[in-house]
Amino acid sequence: MNSDPYSISRRHALKGLLTGAAGVAAAPAIAAPNQTEPAPPVHPSRFVFHDPDFMQPLKFPWEKLLTTEELATTQALADLILPKDETSPAASEVGVPEFINEWVSADYPAHQEDRETIRGGLGWLNTESFKRFSQRFEELGVEQQSQIADDICGAAKVSPEHHVGAVFFKRFRQLCVGGYYSHSQTWKSLGYVGNISIGGPYPGVLPEVIEKLGLQDVV
Amino acid sequence: MPVLTERKTQPQYDVIVVGSGAGGGMAAMILALNGVKVLMIEAGRNYEPVKETPMFNTPEMAPLRGAATPDRPFGFYDSNIGGWQVPGEPYTNKQGTEGDFWWWRARMLGGRTNHWGRISLRFGEFDFKPKSRDGLGVDWPMNYADMAPWYDRVEQLIGVYGENDGIANAPNSSPGVLMPPPKPRVGELLAKKAGRKLGVPVVAAHRAVLSQPMDWKNLPKVLFPNNPKAQEIIGKDMMSRAACFWATNCIRGCSIRANFQSTTVLLPPALATGNLDIITDAMVREVVMGADGKATGVHYIDKVTRRDAVVKARVVILAASTCETSRILLNSKSRDKAGLANSSGQVGRNLMDSVGTRLGAHIPAMEDLPPMNEDGAGGLHTYVPWWLVNEHSKLGFARGYHIEMGGGRQMPEAKSFGYLDATSPGVYGRKLKEEARRYYGAQFGFSGRGEMIPNKDCYSELDPNVVDQWGIPVLRFHWKWSDHEIKQAEHMQQTFAAMIEGMGGKAKPLSGADAIQRPGEIIHEVGTARMGDKAAESVTNQYCQTWDVKNLFLMDGSVLPSNPDKNPTLTILALAWRSSEWLMEEMKRGNV
Repeated sequence: MNSDPYSISRRHALKGLLTGAAGVAAAPAIAAPNQTEPAPPVHPSRFVFHDPDFMQPLKFPWEKLLTTEELATTQALADLILPKDETSPAASEVGVPEFINEWVSADYPAHQEDRETIRGGLGWLNTESFKRFSQRFEELGVEQQSQIADDICGAAKVSPEHHVGAVFFKRFRQLCVGGYYSHSQTWKSLGYVGNISIGGPYPGVLPEVIEKLGLQDVV
Repeated sequence: MPVLTERKTQPQYDVIVVGSGAGGGMAAMILALNGVKVLMIEAGRNYEPVKETPMFNTPEMAPLRGAATPDRPFGFYDSNIGGWQVPGEPYTNKQGTEGDFWWWRARMLGGRTNHWGRISLRFGEFDFKPKSRDGLGVDWPMNYADMAPWYDRVEQLIGVYGENDGIANAPNSSPGVLMPPPKPRVGELLAKKAGRKLGVPVVAAHRAVLSQPMDWKNLPKVLFPNNPKAQEIIGKDMMSRAACFWATNCIRGCSIRANFQSTTVLLPPALATGNLDIITDAMVREVVMGADGKATGVHYIDKVTRRDAVVKARVVILAASTCETSRILLNSKSRDKAGLANSSGQVGRNLMDSVGTRLGAHIPAMEDLPPMNEDGAGGLHTYVPWWLVNEHSKLGFARGYHIEMGGGRQMPEAKSFGYLDATSPGVYGRKLKEEARRYYGAQFGFSGRGEMIPNKDCYSELDPNVVDQWGIPVLRFHWKWSDHEIKQAEHMQQTFAAMIEGMGGKAKPLSGADAIQRPGEIIHEVGTARMGDKAAESVTNQYCQTWDVKNLFLMDGSVLPSNPDKNPTLTILALAWRSSEWLMEEMKRGNV
C-alpha cells in the first residue's frame, strides 16, 4: 500500500489514464479475428518507462526542455529552499535542478501541467526580480532573493499580484523537496537508515522508543 | 526441456498450461514433478528475477527519481511489465457503466506473482459457504475442511510467515507450518495499542516471505511422499532460497528468492524436471476443439515473429488470469455461440474486485524518534483480520474486510514529502530541512481490502467492434457497486479514523462513495468462470474442470465463486495444486 497519506493517490495519479491511453490504444476493428494487420513489433526496443532494462544504465527518453538560463534560476531557488547545512548538501549538489528539468520535460499529462507552472513561474520570478532589483533572480544575493521568496512562500498572506508566484513556489518547493530527499546522499541526515541487508531476525523497535511511547504491553 | 528460445515446440504434449502465474506455475510444477510433459504458454516476455531485480537501486539511479508514472503506476522499480494499460492491447468499458473498470495485466513470465503484496490469508469456513450464511451470492462446491490440507501444503512449499490467532473465520495453519513473523515496526505497535481500546485486533500479518531459511531437509518428504525425484529437486531448490535480509520492497521482485514469485519458486523446480517447455511472447487466441467435443490444443500468435501456430495436447489448462481466461473462452469456437464451456452462460459474469479504501495521517508520537531501520520484510508485519464476523446484523452490509497498514521510515521517494505542505507551509531554507527531519517517518496509514458480492451489473464480454494489435477481440467491461460495498467502504473509513485518533493523529475520513477505489484498482479481480456443483449454474466443478469440455481446466482466479477479503493468490495456488492432483488421477483412470 501507499502509506504516505499526503502523496498523490493512485486514483489521482492515474486520472486520465484510461481516457488518454486507452483511447489511443483502442484501434477500430481493422481485422477479423485471426487475421492480423501489420503493426510494430512488441520489443523493437525496451521503452524505459514501459519495460526498463535494470541491467543497463537507464537513460531519460525525452529531450530536456529547460534552457541554461532557466536552469540557473532553478538552481538559485532550489538552493535558497534547501541550502547546504552542517549535515546535508545543498539542493544543487544532489542534482535537484536536473531532476526538475527531467520532471517538467516528461511527456505525461501531469508533467505537462507542471511544465507550464514551473516555466511560467521561473519567468514570473525573473520579471519580479528585474522590477525590484534590475537583475535576474540568480544574480541576487540571498537577502534579496529571500525578499521575493517571502512574498510568495505562503507564510504570510499572499497579495493578489503575487498569486502566480505563490502557486509556482508551492509546486516548486514540492518538487525541490522530492528531488532532494530522493537522493541517497541526503538520507543519513534525514534519518533514513535502511536499504542495507541485515542478517538474522528483524531487530524491531529500539527499547528506548518502546519505553518512551509506552508500548511495553503490546510488544 | 527449457524456455524455448528457438521457439520450436514439440508436436504433442500431455498438458498445455496457458499462463505462468500462481495458477499456471503451480499446475505446471506439480504436473512436471510427476512426469507429465507440459508446455507452458506465456503472453509476456521471459523474465529472470535473479538477474533482473533492482534490489538496492536508489531513486537517483532512475529517471524521474523513480516516481510513479502512468506507465509504471507503482513506481519505476516495480517489477511489473504491463499494468492497467498494455500498448496495443486495449480494452473498453460499456456505456452506462458506473466508473470504468481498470484491467491490470502482467506481460512477463510469472505473471502477477512478480508484483503483489505477498499477503497470504486463508479463506475461512464461512467464506466457502457465504450464501448459506447470508443468502447472497453462491456457495463454493467444497468447504474449508476440503481445502485446509492444501493450504498447509502451499504454505510449506512457498514459505509464509504469520501466527495462529484463533480468530473466527481466520483459520489457523497446522502446527509448525508458518514461519515466525518479523517484529512489528513502531507504527504497527502504536496501531496495536490503539486497536486494543477499540476492540480491533492487530496481529501478525501472513506474508509469503521467508523469515528464516527453509527446512529443506524435511519439507520435501512431507510435501512429496513417494516421489524421490520431486523430493530431490524441491530440496535443492529450497536450499538455494535465502531468508529475507530485511531490505528492499517486495514489489521489485526478489533476486535472493526470499519471497514468493512463480518465477523464483515454482518455475525453477518445474524446469529442473526436464518435463516442462516454456514458450514466452506467445498470446493465445483460442482453444482448438476436436470433432468429439474435446479440446485438442490451443492456437496462439508468436509475438516475436507474428506467426500463428497451433500446439496440441491431451489436456488444456487455462490460467491466463481471470479476465484473460474468460476472454479466451469467449473467443473460442464452440457449438454454443456464447463461447466455449459456456452452456451455463456464466463465462464473463460475476466479475468481482476487492473493496478498497485508504486513510492516513500524521502521527505526532512518531516525530523525532531516533532513526530505526524500518524496511523490514518489504511489506507489512501486522494486519487486522475481519473482527466483526458475527456482528453483521448490526452493520448494514453483508461481508467483511481486513486492514493493512504501513508508514514510518520507508525509503524516501520523490512523492514522499507531500506532508510538508500541511506541517510546514511557507517554510524554506534551513528550517525546512529541520522540519523535514522532524516529520519524516511520522506518517502512517491504513488500507482496507473487503469482500464484494457478485452482482449482475459487473461483467466482461467481447467488444463487437474492437480488436487488439493481434486481431483478437478485446474485452468490454461493465460495472456497478452495490450498497453493500459502499457501506463497507464507509465503515472502513470510520474504523481507520478511529485508529488514527487512537494513535494521536487527526483523521479526515471520507464518505464510502468518495473513498471507494476504482473497480480493478485493487487488482483482485476474480469470478468470471466460477466453479459450482451444478453444470447449469457454473463453469467448472470443484477441481477446475469445465463441465462442458472434460479435458479443459481453468486454474486461476476466474473459478472463484466469491471474493473473500483475503486476497486471492494463496487460494489460487491451493486450488491449482489440488486440481492438478485430481487431474492426474483422472488421466490415470482414463477419464481425461
